[in-house]
This record gives sequence, structure tokens and C-alpha cells, in this order.
Amino acid sequence: MENFAILAPVILSFFILVVPPGARYIYTLAVTACIILLTSVPASVALLHPAGVPQTFIAGSFLGTIVFTLDSLSAFFILITNFTVLTGLLYSNGYLRSYRTTKTHAQFALHYFSYVWLHLSMLCVLMLRDGTAFLIAWELMAVSSFMLILFEAEKRTTLKTAVNYLIQMHVGLVLLIIGFLLAEAATGQFGFEGLQLYFASHANAPLFFLFFAGFAVKAGFVPFHTWLPEAHPAAPSHVSGVMSGVMIKMGIFGIVRLLTFIQSDAYTIGIIMMIIASLTGLYGIMMSIVQTDLKKLLAYSTIENVGIIGMGLGLGTLGMGAHNPALMILGFGGGLFHVLNHSLFKSLLFYAAGSVYQATHSRNIEQLGGLIHKMPRTAALFLFGSMAICALPPLNGFISEILIYYGLFAGMQSGLVFQTMSMMMTIMALALIGGFALFGFSKAFGLTFLGSQRSAIHVGENAITPGMLFPKLLIAAMILLIGLVPMLFLAPLMGMIGVQFQVDPAPVVVPLIHALSKISLMGVILILVAAAIFLVRNRVLKPEKIAYGPTWGCGYTAGTARQQYTATSYAANFAELANPVITKKVDYIEIHEDDIFPGRRSYALRPLDVFRTALGRITDYSMLALKKIARLQTGNIQHYILYAFVFMLIIFVLLYLNLL
Amino acid sequence: MGFLLAIVTALFFPGIILRVKSIASGRKGPGILQPWKNILLLLRKGSVFSTTTSFIFRMAPAIYLSTVICALMLLPFPGMPSYFGFDGDFVLFAYLLALGKFLFILGALDTGSSFEGMGANREALYSMLVEPAFFILFGTLALLTGHTSMQQIFESFQFTGHNSFIIGFIAVYLLVQIAMIENSRMPVDDPKTHLELTMIHEVMILDHSGFDLALVQIGTALKFAMYGLLIANFLVPVDAGQILVNGEKWLMTGEKGMMNHSGAGWMMVLQVGVYFLVQVVFAALIGLMESFRARKKLIRNPQFIVTLSSIALVAFILVLLITFKMIG
Repeated sequence: MENFAILAPVILSFFILVVPPGARYIYTLAVTACIILLTSVPASVALLHPAGVPQTFIAGSFLGTIVFTLDSLSAFFILITNFTVLTGLLYSNGYLRSYRTTKTHAQFALHYFSYVWLHLSMLCVLMLRDGTAFLIAWELMAVSSFMLILFEAEKRTTLKTAVNYLIQMHVGLVLLIIGFLLAEAATGQFGFEGLQLYFASHANAPLFFLFFAGFAVKAGFVPFHTWLPEAHPAAPSHVSGVMSGVMIKMGIFGIVRLLTFIQSDAYTIGIIMMIIASLTGLYGIMMSIVQTDLKKLLAYSTIENVGIIGMGLGLGTLGMGAHNPALMILGFGGGLFHVLNHSLFKSLLFYAAGSVYQATHSRNIEQLGGLIHKMPRTAALFLFGSMAICALPPLNGFISEILIYYGLFAGMQSGLVFQTMSMMMTIMALALIGGFALFGFSKAFGLTFLGSQRSAIHVGENAITPGMLFPKLLIAAMILLIGLVPMLFLAPLMGMIGVQFQVDPAPVVVPLIHALSKISLMGVILILVAAAIFLVRNRVLKPEKIAYGPTWGCGYTAGTARQQYTATSYAANFAELANPVITKKVDYIEIHEDDIFPGRRSYALRPLDVFRTALGRITDYSMLALKKIARLQTGNIQHYILYAFVFMLIIFVLLYLNLL
Repeated sequence: MGFLLAIVTALFFPGIILRVKSIASGRKGPGILQPWKNILLLLRKGSVFSTTTSFIFRMAPAIYLSTVICALMLLPFPGMPSYFGFDGDFVLFAYLLALGKFLFILGALDTGSSFEGMGANREALYSMLVEPAFFILFGTLALLTGHTSMQQIFESFQFTGHNSFIIGFIAVYLLVQIAMIENSRMPVDDPKTHLELTMIHEVMILDHSGFDLALVQIGTALKFAMYGLLIANFLVPVDAGQILVNGEKWLMTGEKGMMNHSGAGWMMVLQVGVYFLVQVVFAALIGLMESFRARKKLIRNPQFIVTLSSIALVAFILVLLITFKMIG
């Protein structure tokens, strides 16, 4: 019976391909709801009773018995995944509406089928412990998301991006396979049990960093992030939301799972992770500021948030090495809490950006502006998400960041001078990231939604259906709930961390709850004070006292929308400051002295990702080398016989010299 | 207590600055309460809204003012238990101000004016650069005192011995500079400038009028008083009676003596007195600085602001030396 219950969604998912088009969305929703119910119930139980034995489900055998193991760590990620996948699916119906005329039924069916499979494979990644099964699930996740990105495959760039994504995912996969094989060679077990045995008896750092690199490709740590800012904008918005909100978190999950196995070298690993994470965070947000593509801006900000998560995890690992429970609780707690928070506000922002795209068919901030008048609700939700992602109180992002700050301050006061200094550097990085995020999102929101429209594109006002607003409101409600009552979510999380990392969270959590209750109180006061001032204002400022007119142009009366600040000019002074980090390509022809009547000119500034450029150079060189080797392929049968002969000769010589 | 005192201070703070500036330039100047008379006048006036603006523009001043009020509530007054304080409250303090600034910037962008966009952009850039200085400073103080709530930091700061003087000096210097930047005053911005191209704060409020403009101006006055209170926390003796009675002994040994109970009332009078003195000196200092100092070239501003972070780092290394972490 249990077997059937687990296999049922898999079987049901195949019917998405054959149900009549009219019922397809409802059917997909039903299958997803079924999966969510099946997993959320045991996951909630596991999270609320973290000390219990992990639940196992046997799902029949295929290349050996498949066992699903559900412990509190998986449970935490499962609940996050389910929520975001559900909101994504709810949003997709409205979002995909405009494609009904251009896409065939088969394409829609395949899209929804891949969506369900992305969900299933993520859940499998979270619950499978056997190496082969895990890697197959990992691969399915890459392939299904590849199919989802390909939805608009008729665009050449989308196709190229998707292939690039698939290749990079496989580089990560190879690293994971090597890691599992190394552990198997040493312990005889291929899977997470083998890793656990390996870490108990061997040096930890080398194998950990091999896996870290493998998982970092998925999670988007610098320098493995180059697929991310390409793939997120290319995918439909609900897919970007799910990919950025939860799929990349599978990389984080893998790292955390390994961290629970770590026995030695934790201090070194923690320090190195904190350095990588700080650089990731800073680089991500700096690149985010200079983008002009709204979704690319959000994608780079995903990298920034992965950096913040990594800071928390690194801090926790350092705490493991230093045997400091406070650092472990605050570090892991902050990092994992940020996983939850980021999945909420980032999916909200991507859905809102998707609505902008559906209304205007443009993602270029330079062409947008003034959308708040045409789509006020989407604008308000985007603003809400921006405030949450900038970690502004009283919303949820602030809670996870202050946990990490607490950890950093606690780490600064304990330990030796080296630790104190690295903590201070991380505090600096986090403060800078906070400031940069404010800059970046004041640009993203301010220039997209405020002012007046910068180009003559048509804004389809009825492109936004109520169905597209509902999931966003759901997420916004969660964001506010976490911001105002963080204790509700923090208690199970801390319990889970306590069990996974074998520490007692109580001594840290008690003062933390006190501080958080003060923060909540302040949040409520803030809302009340603002509401009071606003009410008084509306009472005093009677409609008859209000006049309307054009924006004050400082004496100039013929101002046009084209004279407004643009995305490029807003970021110009920042780009100048961050010059060596941010490289850019300017397409502009200077006016020469002999240009008496200068003609029409255009100015385009494209920010370049240095890592992407470097990666491009590496592939170029290897292509060149491969082309040279390809000369061996002459098509001449005599040459091939010669190669075989030379090969045999070499083998013979090697054998003779006893080298084989 | 600190909250009420700060509000009282805010009443005369802008007036003092104006008066000092007038006297320094050889004029008699308006009365101390003139800025507040202007604000009251504005509160009663009607408003003109640009047709480009949306609800963001109407909401922003109210939220800006309320964040300043909330941030002010978080600040302790020397020697008084603060109700809202908690561990790490300075992080909330900084982020509350950031929230206000964020909406203020959006309010300016909402008008669609190129000048206001420019001001918003500069404000965002400068406040972004000044953030690390504040966090390094408070991180350093947390390291020195072993506490993370503002009240405990300030309380134990005054008992860390002779070394606290040099750190205190750096901290006060940094806070004065941060206050000037956050309030868009002289070294980075000139409130009196007449050319929109060179404005930062003033250009952002070009389209605000009537009630909303009054809210912004109240917010600015409160912000000054808030930084003054923050600075006063370093300078006003926590345990004044003790310093008066046992000053000699405390300076020699750093030991906390018994507090003289009969002196408790006098102590409070002294504290409030010193507090007002600090605020008046702070206001006068701003007035003098603005009278005798030229605004920096806009292109030099980032450099100047980043310098503050490095000064804060110097304080950090000093604290490392003091706490013997560097050597031991």
C-alpha cells in the first residue's frame, strides 16, 4: 500500500501528456496537490519531532531497493519546495495564457510534465541516501529544468542558454560522481552512508571541497555561477521563481547534509566558506546593480543571497571547529532561515517581474517606467518583495540577516585575533551587501515602476489576471508573518539544527526569542506610527487643499520622459567606483572635431561578467586545441590502421618495460 | 527619557544651526524657533502633487518620519534603562533608518524628474558607502565592551579605563561625520546651494509641498537630535555621582565605587545638563563647520565617505591592541 502511495504521483504524472487540453492545468494542479499532501504531512511531523528516528519508505526496487529517508533536514527543505512549487504552478496558469495562440498543446503538455518532474526530482534529491539513486534524481532535476527553460526554444539565445546550463550542470554532476566514487573506494559504500564513514576516518577538507564545488555549480557560488544570470531570464517567470527560489537551494541542501557529517577540519572549511560566500555576495549584488534586464538583475541578486546563506553556513561550520555552540546555532540558523526567506521574496519578485513582462513584453528597464499607474498591485507587491530582500524591517529578510549578525558578533568576541579579524571582514561585507542591495533595488523598483514610461511600448493592462495576483499575495502574507512573528518559524528550525548538529539550542534560543520579540514589537510600533501619521495627514490634507500639476522641471517646461534618469545612468557612478570588478562594454561613437553636423547617435552600455568572459576564453582555447587534434581524423583508412598499429606498439613497449 | 529629551532638542536644534551660521556670516539671524514656525505653517498649507506621482510619493514622507521616530525610541539615555533595547539593537537602528531612506529615495524617483533622480541616486550611493563605517564602529565597541546592546555598550564603555578616551574620540568624530552625511550636510552636500545639479537632499524634496514637506523637515530635525543623543551617550557620564565623588579613585583604579544615593537626583540634573550641552555644542559645531568649510567636489565624496570606514578600522585595530588580542 505504501509502495503504491509513493509510486502513484509518478504514474499519475504521465497522464499529463494525454489529458485533454482543457483539463490539463487542473489535472497538473491535482497531481501536484497530491504530491504536496503526500510529502508535507510526514515532513511536518519530522520537523516538529526532530529527535525522532528518520522515517523511511521503501518504494520498490529498480537497480536495487529504493529507500526514501525523511529526516528533519529533508523535511525543512521539502516544505519550502512544496510551497514555492505550488505558488509557481498557481501563477503559471495566468502567465502562460498569452502563449496559447503560439504554442501547441504538445508543448504545453511537455512543459507541465517537466514542471511536475522537477518537483518530483527535487523531492527525491531531498530524500534519497543511496548514491546511484541520488545522482539519478539529481540528473532528472537538471534535465527537467532544462526542458522548462526551453519553453521559448524558438529564440536562439534561449536555446543556447539552455544548452550552456545543461553542460554546466553536468560538470557539477561529474564532480559529485568523482566524490562518491572516492568515498566508495575508501569505504565500500556508494552513497551518503559511505560519505559519513569516509568523513569519520579520513581527512575531511579535500573531499568536502570536491563536493562543495559540485554543489556550488547548482547553488551558484562564484565562480561557478555563470549559468545562473543567463538561465533565469531565459526561463518563463514561474520557472525562474521556482529555480531561483528552491532549485538552487538543492545545492545548499547538499552542502548542509555534508556538513552534518564533518568530523575534522571544520575550522578551516568554515573560514574558507565564509571567504567564498562573502565574495559571492559582494560580486552578485555589484553585478546586479549594473544590469538593465530586470530578470537578470534578480538573477544576480540570487547569487548575492546565496552568498548570505553561505556566510551563515560558513559561520556555523567555524563554530563546529571552535566547539562554540552559539556560533553553530546562529550561523546555521541564520543561513537556513535565509534559505526559507529567499525562497519567498525571490519567487515573489520573479512572479512580479513576469507580470511586467507579460504586460509590456519587455524586461529592459531602460524602456519601462511609470508602470505603477498601469499595474498598481503588481507594483506594490514588487515593492514589498524589494523591501524584504533589502532586509528592511519589519519583513522577513531582516530576521535572517540579524541572526547572522548575531553570530558574527558572537564569533568576534570569542576566539583569537585571526577569527576576530575575519569576523570583522564578514561584518563589513554583510553591511556593504546591505547597502548595495538598497541601491540595487531602489533602482529596480524606482526605474521600472515609478516616473513616466521611457518608451512607447504598449502596456497591456488586462494581461494580469487575478489568478496571477493570488499566489503573490500568499507569499507576501508569509513574508509579513515571518517578519512579525519569527519565533513561530524559528523554533522548529532551531530544533532541527540542534538534532542535526548535536548541539543544545536552548541557551542561545532563549535570549534570541527575547530579542526577536523586541524586534516584532518595534515592527508593530513602526506600522502603527506610520499609519497614525498617514491618517492625520489625510485628515488635515483635505481634497480641496490639493492641487495637481506637472513635475517641477527647475524652470524648464518642455521636459520629456526621455530626460529621466535611466537604469544605466543610475548605476553609472557606482560602476565607476567599482571599476576593476565590473567590466563593461560601451557601444558609442564619440563626436569628432570634424563632425560639423553630428547625426543620430546611440549609447549602449553592457556590463560583462568577468567570470563568463574567462570561461568563454577557456572554452575557446580548448576548442582550438581540439581542432588541432581533429587533424588526426583524416578519413583515410590507411591512417586509422596506422593509429591502431602505433597504439599496439606503445602497449607492447610499455609491457616490455614493465610499466603497465 | 532619551526619546522625550531628543524631541525637546529637535525643537531648537535647526534654529541653533541657523543662528550660528547667521552670526558667523555677520547677520543677526532669525529666532531659535523660526524653523519650527515654518514647519507649523507648512502643516496648515495645501499641497501640489505632480501628476506623475503615485501613492509611493504620498506615503514616503509619513514612513520616513515614522522610521526616525522608531529609531529614536531604540536609543538609550545614559544611566536609564531603555525599554526597547535588546542585544544587537544597533542593527535594527541602522536598518530602520535604511527603510526610511529607501522610501524617501523612491519618493524622489516617483516624480520622474531627472534632477530628483540624480539626487536619489547620490543619496543611495552615499548611504550605501557609509553603512560599513557604522557597523565597524559598533562592532568595535561591541568587541571592546563585550556587549551588543547599545545601552550596555555605552554603560560599560565608560568604565573601560583610560583607553576609552581615544576610542571615544574616534567614535564621536565618526558619528559627527556620519550624522553630517546622513543628514546631507556640509562636506558632502550643501543645503544652501542654489544649483539643482549640485544638490542631493534639497533636490529630492523639490516636489514635496505642504504637509508632506513638513513631515520631511520634522524628520530631519529629529534625525539631528537623534545623532546628538547618540553622541551624548558617549559623553554624558553614566554614573555622574560616582565620577564626582570617586573620580580620583576611579581614574586610578578603574574600580566602580558605591553610588551616593543622596546624589542621585543631582546626578540626573547633571546628566540632563551635560546632555543639553552636548546637543548645543553639536548644533553649534555643525553651524560653524558649514560656515567655514567648503563642500567637496561631488566626485570626491565617495572617497571621503570610504575614509570614514578606514578610520573605523583604525579604531578596530586599536581595540584589538587594547584587549591584547593582537599580542596574547
